[in-house]
Amino acid sequence: MTILRTHNLTIGYNSKEGRTEVLKGLNLSLNRGEVVCLIGANGKGKSTLLRTLAGTQPSLEGSVDIEGKPLSILSKKDLALMLSIVYTDRTSTGALTVEELTALGRQPHTGFFGHLSKVDRDVVEASMRATGILYKRNSLCAQLSDGERQKAMIAKALAQETPIIFLDEPTAFLDVASKIDTMQLLHDLAVEQNKAVLLSTHDISQALMLADRLWLIDAGQHLEAAPTEDLILSGKLDLLFNSQEIRFDIHSGSFSRQCVGEHSVDIVEGDASTAHWCANAMKRNGIAIDKKSTITIKPIAPNNIIIYINGKMKKTESVGELTHFILRYFKEYETK
Amino acid sequence: MRKRHAIIFALCGVVLAVLIVANLFIGSVDIPASEVMRILGGNGSSNEAWDYIILETRVPMIATALLAGAALSLAGLLLQTAFNNPLAGPSILGVSTGASLGVAVVMLWLGAAGGTLFGQTVGGYLGVLAGAFVGALTVLGTLLLFSFVVESTTMLLIVGILTGYITSSLISLLNFFSTQEGVHSYVIWGLGSFNGVTLEQLPYISLVVIPAILWAALMVKPLNALLLGARYAANLGINVKSTRNKLLLISGILTASVTAFCGPIGFLGLVVPHIARLLLRTSNHNTLLPLTILCGCCTSLVCTLISVMPQENGVLPINAITPIIGVPIIIYIIVNRRKIEYFN
Repeated sequence: MTILRTHNLTIGYNSKEGRTEVLKGLNLSLNRGEVVCLIGANGKGKSTLLRTLAGTQPSLEGSVDIEGKPLSILSKKDLALMLSIVYTDRTSTGALTVEELTALGRQPHTGFFGHLSKVDRDVVEASMRATGILYKRNSLCAQLSDGERQKAMIAKALAQETPIIFLDEPTAFLDVASKIDTMQLLHDLAVEQNKAVLLSTHDISQALMLADRLWLIDAGQHLEAAPTEDLILSGKLDLLFNSQEIRFDIHSGSFSRQCVGEHSVDIVEGDASTAHWCANAMKRNGIAIDKKSTITIKPIAPNNIIIYINGKMKKTESVGELTHFILRYFKEYETK
Repeated sequence: MRKRHAIIFALCGVVLAVLIVANLFIGSVDIPASEVMRILGGNGSSNEAWDYIILETRVPMIATALLAGAALSLAGLLLQTAFNNPLAGPSILGVSTGASLGVAVVMLWLGAAGGTLFGQTVGGYLGVLAGAFVGALTVLGTLLLFSFVVESTTMLLIVGILTGYITSSLISLLNFFSTQEGVHSYVIWGLGSFNGVTLEQLPYISLVVIPAILWAALMVKPLNALLLGARYAANLGINVKSTRNKLLLISGILTASVTAFCGPIGFLGLVVPHIARLLLRTSNHNTLLPLTILCGCCTSLVCTLISVMPQENGVLPINAITPIIGVPIIIYIIVNRRKIEYFN
C-alpha cells in the first residue's frame, strides 16, 4: 500500500550562482511493509533526496505526497506523526537515560508538558525491547558505546510510531553482528508493523540482502528504482561507479576490480566453495580466470588443490599455499 | 534516579530555608536574635532602627536576591540549551551590557545635564530603571531581529557577543567624557546590589520576573527536544526557530529586569545551571529547570551572606563575590569534562 509518492520531483538547491538540479523528474513510491535501500556514491544526491522527502529541504519542481496529501501543506505536527528519522547528527543527550531519550520520540503524541501516559510508557518500553537496548534503560547515554547509542536512536524513532521511517547510514557505527541484527530488525518492523522503511547505506552487500527494492543513484546522477534482484540481474549495479574497472559480479554478489594484468589461470570444476575462493585470491592478485590459460587449477577440497603447470602436477594444501606458489611462478616467469 | 532526585530537591529546600533564616539574623548590623524574632513576630523591638533594618532592608533584600537568583539562573539555563553551548549565559548575549549602556546614558549623559522629567531627577532611581530597561530591550530586540535572519545558533551567539563589545565601547566613551562623580556613581551601580529594591518596589520586579519564570516552565518539552539538535527536534514537531526566539525573549526579559533593579550581576546565570546538572546528573529539563531555580535562590543568598561578612566595615559588592564562587566550579567542569556526562 503506497504511502509516499513523488510526482515528477526535481531536487537540488538554489544558490547565488543559480539553480543546481541534483536529480530530475523522479516518480518514486514507498510502500508500507517494505524496505527500500538508497544506494549510490557520495555526493550524488542521497542526502538531498532524503532531506527533500522528509520535508526539511524544499524541492525545485514537482511534489511529494504522503497518504495523498502534499508535503507542503502538512503541518509540523502532522508530519511528526507520519515520518521519523534516524540520522547521524550529533546530539547533547549524554545526560539523559536511554529511557528518557526513547521517550522523546513520544513528543508528537503527548500533551503540553510531555507527560507520559501508561500507553506512552508501554510504547517506550516495547521500542527499547525491539532494538535490544532495554537492559540499558537506566544508563546515561554518555555511558553507551556508539552502537548502543545508535540503537537508542532507532528506539526513539520506533517510539514515535510513524508509518514511515527514514534512516541515514544506520549501521555506520555498528559491528558486524549488530549491523545484521539492525538490518533484520528494520526488515521485521517493516513487515510486522506495516511500516515503510527507507534507508540510505554504503553497505551494498547488506542492502542487497535486506532491501525489497533499491533506489540506485548512478555516477551519471540518474536514479534507477526497481526490486532488488531485478536490478542486480539487469547489470545496472555496474553503473554505481564511474570506473570501467569496478564490476559487480552477479554470481558472488560483490564488487571487485577487473584484472588488467597479463597473467591468467584456469580453474576447473571441483569443490564449488574452494573454487570460488581460489578465484577470489587470484583476482585479488591481478590474475584473471581464463579457460585458455596454460595453467590449470583443480580445487578438490579446501586442503587439496592441484596445480597443473607445464605438464607437471603440484599438490598444495591450502589456498594460501596455492597463491604463494602461483605468484612465485609468475615472478620467475617475468625475470626469465 | 527518582529517589536520588527527590533527596536532592529536599536538601536544597532545607538549605534554602536555612539561608533565608541566616540572612534575616545576620547582617552588617549586629542585631540580637531574640529581637529579630520579636520584630518578625509583629511586635516592635526596643530599637526602632532595628525594626527598620529587618523589615525594610533585610526582608526586601532577601526577596530581591531570591528573584534575581532564580531569574538569572533560569536565563542561563535557557540560553545554554537554546544555543547548545555550556558557556552561554545572560551576560554573554550583551543584554546586561545593553542595560548598563542605558544606565550609563542616564547617569553620565542625561543626568549630568541635570533637569527633571515627570517630577523626578533624570539621574534618579526611576531614570536609571528606565534606562536599564530600554538599553536591555534594545539589545534584545536587535538580537531577535538577527535571529530571523541568521540560521545558525552559533552565529547568533557570536552576534550577541559582538553586540556586547560595541555596547561596552560606548559605555567607555560615556565614562571618559563624564565627571568624577558620574563615573563613581556608575561604577557603584555596576558592582551589583540586592539592596536597591524597597518593599514598595518589590511588586514591580516580581510582576515581570514571576510570569517570565512561569512562561519558561511551559517550555520544558521543546527544551528537551532541543537536546537532540535542530533536525531531530523539528522532526518531533517542534518549531525550532520560534522556540529559539521565545527562549531568547524570556531570558532577555529576566536579565533586563534583574539588571535594571540590581545592576549587572555576573556568573550566576552561567554557573548555576551547571551546579544543578552536576547535582542531578541529568539534562532532563523536567527536573533540571526547577532545581536550577532553587539552586539560583540558594547561591544568591550565599552571596549576600558573604557580602555582609565585613560587618561594620561595609558591604561587599555582589559582583566581587559571584566570580569567587563561579570560577572554581567552571574550572572543575572544564578539567573533568570527559567524565561529565552532559558533555558527551
